[in-house]
Amino acid sequence: MKTEIKLIKNGKRLDGRKNDELRPIKIEAGVLHRAEGSCYLEWGGNKVLAAVYGPREAVPRHTQNPLRAIVNARYNMAAFSVDDRKRPGPDRRSREISKVISEALENIIITEKFPRASIDVSIEILDAEAGTRCAGLTAAAVALVDAGIPMKDIPVACAAGKIEGEIVLDLGKEEDNFGDADLPIAIAPRTGEILLLQMDGHLTQKEFDKALDLAIKGCKTIAELQKKAILEKYQKNMEE
Amino acid sequence: MSITAEIKKDYIIKLAKSGKRVDNRKFDEFRKIKIETDIIKKAEGSAKVTIGNTQVIAGIKMDLGEPYPDAPDSGVMTTAAELIPMASPDFESGPPDEESIELARVVDRGIRESKIIDVDKLCIIPSEKVWMVFIDIHILDYDGNLFDTASLASLAALMTAKVPIERLKPMFENLQEKHPSIEKYLKEHPKDFPLPLSDPPISCTSAKFNGIVLMDPSLDEEQIAEARLTIATDTKGDIRAMQKGLNGSFTVDEINKVIKSSFDNGKKIREILYKSVGK
Repeated sequence: MKTEIKLIKNGKRLDGRKNDELRPIKIEAGVLHRAEGSCYLEWGGNKVLAAVYGPREAVPRHTQNPLRAIVNARYNMAAFSVDDRKRPGPDRRSREISKVISEALENIIITEKFPRASIDVSIEILDAEAGTRCAGLTAAAVALVDAGIPMKDIPVACAAGKIEGEIVLDLGKEEDNFGDADLPIAIAPRTGEILLLQMDGHLTQKEFDKALDLAIKGCKTIAELQKKAILEKYQKNMEE
Repeated sequence: MSITAEIKKDYIIKLAKSGKRVDNRKFDEFRKIKIETDIIKKAEGSAKVTIGNTQVIAGIKMDLGEPYPDAPDSGVMTTAAELIPMASPDFESGPPDEESIELARVVDRGIRESKIIDVDKLCIIPSEKVWMVFIDIHILDYDGNLFDTASLASLAALMTAKVPIERLKPMFENLQEKHPSIEKYLKEHPKDFPLPLSDPPISCTSAKFNGIVLMDPSLDEEQIAEARLTIATDTKGDIRAMQKGLNGSFTVDEINKVIKSSFDNGKKIREILYKSVGK
């Protein structure tokens, strides 16, 4: 489908944002009763829940690693989260996203502490509108903290991209569909190390540098919101 | 049964003998019910229901599809439930297991057999195109009584759902070339419209252990239950669906008591439901 829409008008993006502006983000820690840690996150039109179980004995047993814990993140889209109903269950896309998120989290979790265990992270996309993997990873990080899983840092994800020749932060729905490039990343904000990196589209080397820089800045802003959400939950608990 | 359930069993039974429950409820009392509607923008209708600590989201999606050959003038509805690993340490990912299928089928029957959705009004071109209604149930947090939570979430989602004429305009326009009668349908239905629904029956579940019958069992109570009974009641005072589960049994007297208390609770729950959907 070829649709011509102007993604930038009078220096403003379709939803009125500036080029380096994030969509509104709301994070809440500890929203589920059963899970050991959980997080609800709204990011623009995305609504995401993450839950953590573990460390617990990894099953089936052949998946166990005698030296460290394994991290299983499961990214799942609800059937009603997209315009045309998605068939329930994992497809190739969600398996790939689960894999890259698991790997990013495995880097930051101190897995050596729990040999033969698994740490299971469930990421449910309830409402989807561009950037669900970043929203999912960001929520998963808060849920891991809420579950008390030891980590070197609190990972955080954000995307930058290119629309109409300009580098912008955090692509929205139309920008994702009709833009020229999308670069989602996850970082460890304390060291700036990159834990997840994907790119599709077309960027010059210069544009890539600029986009990466912008995405890192976005990550750092969101990292503050993550910390605030965690503090809010535990401060509230202290007062009670 | 898990080890913790076995340990809690004695405690729950001892309390019940003195007429008490772990959370201080009366035997025929529901936990607190909260219903939020229109929470998912991408869905045609949606609702999140919490009963105590149990949390369920139901979402409605609609699409154009072909009718079943034995009901060429009726819309089609399907219900699916996912017991996702998020909701409980005991749920595993993978294809739907027995438990999800029983849950989806009980909720489906409650809606289908009580004819809440007027499927005849969901016909677009007889024998060719009808509306398909998908009810998807997402269990987020499992602390007992999924049947009632899931069916209440499905009802609230259906009652707030809008038939997405505007979203599917391009599809209708494509169809128009082959089926000129679409023009008439679009004239009669120019905008999104609410699903044609009638008053829904409300389902209430009870559990029995050691000769004691409790309404709305929590997970701990459910795990030691010997028998379970779900009863759906309507506004006219009639019974619309029943399902007994587990390997224990009920006496006729117990069933009559459960029926009465299902009517009482059903009435209260219906009020909460109507209030939440603005009816």
